[in-house]
Amino acid sequence: MAGPSDAQIRAVARLNIEYAHCIDDDALERWPDFFLPEGLYRITTAENQSRGLPIGIIHAAGQAMMRDRVLSLREANIYEPQRYRHILSEPLVHLEPGGALRSRTGFMTARITSGAETMLFATGVYEDIVVKRGGVWRFAEKIVVLDSDRVDTLLALPL
Amino acid sequence: MAAIETEQASPNAPASDLTRVGYNVYRDPEIYARERERVFMGRCWNFLCLDCEIPNPGDYKTTHVGDVPVIVARDETGTIRAMENRCAHRGSQVCLEKFGNAKRLTCVYHAWSYDLRGKLVGVAFRNGVKGEGGMPPEFDPARHGLRTLAVEVFHGLVFASFHQGLPSVEEDLGPEITARVRRVFNRPVTVLGYTTQVLRNNWKLYVENVKDSYHASILHLFFTTFKLNRLSQKGGIIVDESGGHHVSYSMIDRDAAAPEPGERTRADKDGFRLADPSLLQGRDEFGDGVTLQILTVFPNFVIQQIQNALAVRQVIPRGPEETELRWTHFGFADDDAELLGARLKQSNMVGPAGYISLEDGAVGALVQRAITGAGDQESVMMMGGSDAASTTSRATETSVRGFWKAYRARMDP
Repeated sequence: MAGPSDAQIRAVARLNIEYAHCIDDDALERWPDFFLPEGLYRITTAENQSRGLPIGIIHAAGQAMMRDRVLSLREANIYEPQRYRHILSEPLVHLEPGGALRSRTGFMTARITSGAETMLFATGVYEDIVVKRGGVWRFAEKIVVLDSDRVDTLLALPL
Repeated sequence: MAAIETEQASPNAPASDLTRVGYNVYRDPEIYARERERVFMGRCWNFLCLDCEIPNPGDYKTTHVGDVPVIVARDETGTIRAMENRCAHRGSQVCLEKFGNAKRLTCVYHAWSYDLRGKLVGVAFRNGVKGEGGMPPEFDPARHGLRTLAVEVFHGLVFASFHQGLPSVEEDLGPEITARVRRVFNRPVTVLGYTTQVLRNNWKLYVENVKDSYHASILHLFFTTFKLNRLSQKGGIIVDESGGHHVSYSMIDRDAAAPEPGERTRADKDGFRLADPSLLQGRDEFGDGVTLQILTVFPNFVIQQIQNALAVRQVIPRGPEETELRWTHFGFADDDAELLGARLKQSNMVGPAGYISLEDGAVGALVQRAITGAGDQESVMMMGGSDAASTTSRATETSVRGFWKAYRARMDP
């Protein structure tokens, strides 16, 4: 059973790095582009994952729901201006029989809220399924599993 | 200057005036301590958990009554029991995990152990070691159990009280609120997920927010934009006789006319439509057309039905200026895949990242920060009159006034 190639591992790491910078740079309109059109994005907690519970914090099935999230953040929702800074681990990558790559990437995210101190907002792991379609690597699935079950105040921007 | 002082520094209104609340109630540590004693540990039914969370004998969950740690457990006979999570010996927390299953609850500190009713059944080295030390003969284990609470399971909801001899939950809620609890909890439920939000404000600011139907279409623009909660919808507010419990409900009025002048809000923008409207697609699962029902039980419990997004919320004080908001999302044991799918999508509306609840996580903190210098000044709640009666209008603060009626009855009897 062959493992992933070095090029595949680098592709997964690169995709996550670009993804994190996209969010940290407030380029949220490009955030859904990191997913397949039918891709799944969820934020949940380790507690819910270990208990097999399906409802977490965000559940976006498909790019359209992700675009709606961004539109709502920009146009409808009211929250204090804020940014994130992601620090990522290297990915642990497994090659699936069908050719998809399953990866785990640890993250720490600081939240920088205007007028408030920078805080360690979230830690956890990205549990991703990454595929290459039309020559482009994208997420078929990205499950953000938070280590803690507590979220400070609110979660506006995607993690 | 004198005129301004007359205007602003009015003496605090009498307790009977429900339209005024002094800002010190959100900050004062002495008031906070008195609330623990008179509200949470006083004449109140406190929600602990859903009975489906501890289905088997020996199952337990740790939670709080106010900020007091408690254990809720199912004993070997299947009866649900509740006791303070504090060892009768030296005061250590007995159960450390959120969930567990055990025949005995054993304190890690000195291994005193209790049965699932809180009775002391084991004391390490009670007879000493090699004939020396140990407990004196007059030590009576029966006098050193965990402090127990009265428990009532009401339609799958587990309530408890430190105050023994309260009227039943149904009597306490009254017939109208009871009917609205039954409406949702009409068959076995199943937990779909947990989330906790840390709010940087006093617990009462969140409870008031839940009861405040006035703000809904103003602060939450997502809701308004998609015509989910216009004040022109049909609906109303029910407040029980004590004032402490309420239901706010609405249903889409399909015959409703265009928005009245003056009702337009910032959200009335052209072209703001969901790219994926399946977010809001669901089912009239209760068969009465009610798309929103928010129900509160005094002091700190919320039952939420927003379309098919169902949850209970516990508002746990963590000091005068911090609160934990604990969400338990649920569905029914007989949900089909389509309904479960709708619940997953609609869960985006609620919780810490909820399209229509996100702002509620922050607005309490905006108040908490701003009242630093408020001194003995008061907030004003005159919308919809000065009483705490039921009404068909949602442009009212009646159920917030009801909260203060019930609160003051306990705090300043």
